[in-house]
Amino acid sequence: MSNLSKGSTAPGTSLGRLARSPETGSFIGMIAVYVFFAALGGAVFRGGPGFSSFLNMASEVGIIALPVGLLMIAGELDISVGSVVPASSLTVAIISGHYGAPDIVGILCGLGVGILVGYVNGLLVTRTAIPSLIITIGTMFGVMGLTLGLTILIAGSTGVFIVPGPVTTALLGQSIGGMFQVTIFWWVAFIAVIYYVLHVSPKGNWIFAIGGDRESARNAGIPTQRLTIQLYMLSGFAAAFVGVSQVVAFKSAQVAAGQSFIFNSIMCVVMGGVLLTGGRGSVIGIVFGTLTFAIVNQGIFFTSFTPDVGSIIIGALLLGAVLMNDTFRQMALSYSTKKK
Amino acid sequence: MAVPVLELRNVNKSFGPIEVLNDISLKVNAGEVLCLLGDNGAGKSTLIKTLAGVHKPTSGEIFMDGEKVIFERPKDAADRGIATVHQFGGTFPLMSIGRSFFVGVEPTKRIGPFTIFDRKTANATAVKAVQEFGITRIDDGDRLIGGLSGGERQSLAIARAVHFGARVLILDEPTAALGVKQASHVLRIVNEAKKRGLAVIFITHQVMHALAVGDHFAVLIRGKLAANFMKGEKSREEITDLMAGGEDMAELEAQIGGGSEELHSPAHVRASDAE
Ligand SMILES: Nc1ncnc2c1ncn2[C@@H]1O[C@H](COP(=O)(O)OP(=O)(O)OP(=O)(O)O)[C@@H](O)[C@H]1O
Ligand SMILES: [Mg+2]
Repeated sequence: MSNLSKGSTAPGTSLGRLARSPETGSFIGMIAVYVFFAALGGAVFRGGPGFSSFLNMASEVGIIALPVGLLMIAGELDISVGSVVPASSLTVAIISGHYGAPDIVGILCGLGVGILVGYVNGLLVTRTAIPSLIITIGTMFGVMGLTLGLTILIAGSTGVFIVPGPVTTALLGQSIGGMFQVTIFWWVAFIAVIYYVLHVSPKGNWIFAIGGDRESARNAGIPTQRLTIQLYMLSGFAAAFVGVSQVVAFKSAQVAAGQSFIFNSIMCVVMGGVLLTGGRGSVIGIVFGTLTFAIVNQGIFFTSFTPDVGSIIIGALLLGAVLMNDTFRQMALSYSTKKK
Repeated sequence: MAVPVLELRNVNKSFGPIEVLNDISLKVNAGEVLCLLGDNGAGKSTLIKTLAGVHKPTSGEIFMDGEKVIFERPKDAADRGIATVHQFGGTFPLMSIGRSFFVGVEPTKRIGPFTIFDRKTANATAVKAVQEFGITRIDDGDRLIGGLSGGERQSLAIARAVHFGARVLILDEPTAALGVKQASHVLRIVNEAKKRGLAVIFITHQVMHALAVGDHFAVLIRGKLAANFMKGEKSREEITDLMAGGEDMAELEAQIGGGSEELHSPAHVRASDAE
């Protein structure tokens, strides 16, 4: 049985390689969903309005889904992103709108809030034995309460307005051709950076190792605690970045915004082929998952279906994605056996 | 005789009120396989975890090359060249061979300002390291660990330890879940590691496997070192009895009635010995 394997041909190898990559399933899902809505949504969906609507949505969820995906590959969850988005929006609106400080001060403070929440999350997750799901639910409510309380205390209402300067608007709140938000470019930048971290730099190996087996990773000399804290700070930063760009685009911040990001980011990551229990996933997969999610979410408005149908499709896709990922993972694992 | 690579002097270990290791003194030499034998719960795993820096001894001392060492964490032991391979070898089933081989010590190259994980080098080195141990079936470093057989995983883990300059190789029941062929593969690799001058500590419940590679035998019974002898100093029967916790297997067999022979593997082993 062993001698046969040596003569394995190139096609078998590339097929194996394809099946072994975690994004294969999510790519198929994305294409299927696009074809479905391109057929039903008509020319409008296939043209600029369709593309811009799902790319705009994908870029916002996507910026958060990427670091949330890294955390999930490392075996952790982050629920608190849902409250970091409005917290950073309001920080910017209060500092630069209510108090009238320069935009840059408000933006840096807004991003700082996200990094701080991430740091606290990371600290709690690494220093206690409490699952990260519970910890980040806790910090989510904590941050939500603080945001509401402080906003009412300072501004006297739950919404705060801001008039961002032209440079700020150009960088964070602009629409190109009246349709494509500038966040799409930021998303691309995030993709490039996180792709580098996970797949190119040696740290990516550490992230996979932590998600595979934290204990062994530590024994191998990986600074697991520091890396986990850094990953939480990254997801806090990304959520805050989305909050900042929202407040610049909408010129106001609301306390109640942002909750949808919790589930949406997790769904994008799972549809992107990341293993819920950690240890496996890819950035390209997460990007495909995010696009799939956004296509369904926005595509539904271009069809005659009601939005409920969109929810049903997303639910089915989520289940399908998990099943398909399992299948592809099995293929990846047993690929050697077949080769023999 | 040369200074032992590793030496335990009067090591005790208790977990709260439970005394697991009782006054263990033991020497391990380079180029020698020490078989650590004993019944379930005798304290074998606890002993090696103490050597690997997972547990700190309650009292007693550990010496390496005649020099006293204290391991605060597994990393300390690893840095000293003590490598432990647990029962399932590679513990990252969803990582590729190349990636898991280099966890924590990734080979990198630089392109401009970027540090890049050198996948080609990692894969090639990992594949070469296992192939040197005779596992030629592993030829693609991109394969996932989870797709390897138990024996291949063990072999990979041992090759990894040797590659990174381990001086003491600790194997906790590496042949436990393996078939005859795979087990003999692992045993051959243990022998190969020994030839390269490593000190090997090998835990097993199978007399055959112990006798196949062991130079030195230590038997634990309820946390005490019940016997410590060199190859050829005791017969297979005596070793079998010691491994069963000092009970006379022949007597036990007589009590049970000996009707269903295949259930008593020690008796089996002895029967084959007589052939
Ligand atoms: N962390 C711990 N806390 C309390 N007791 C422990 C702990 N670890 C091991 N023990 C106890 O120490 C004794 C020896 O355990 P150990 O795992 O060393 O046995 P072993 O010889 O490896 O057995 P086996 O052959 O079944 O693997 C057992 O009675 C076990 O319950
Ligand atoms: Mg044990």
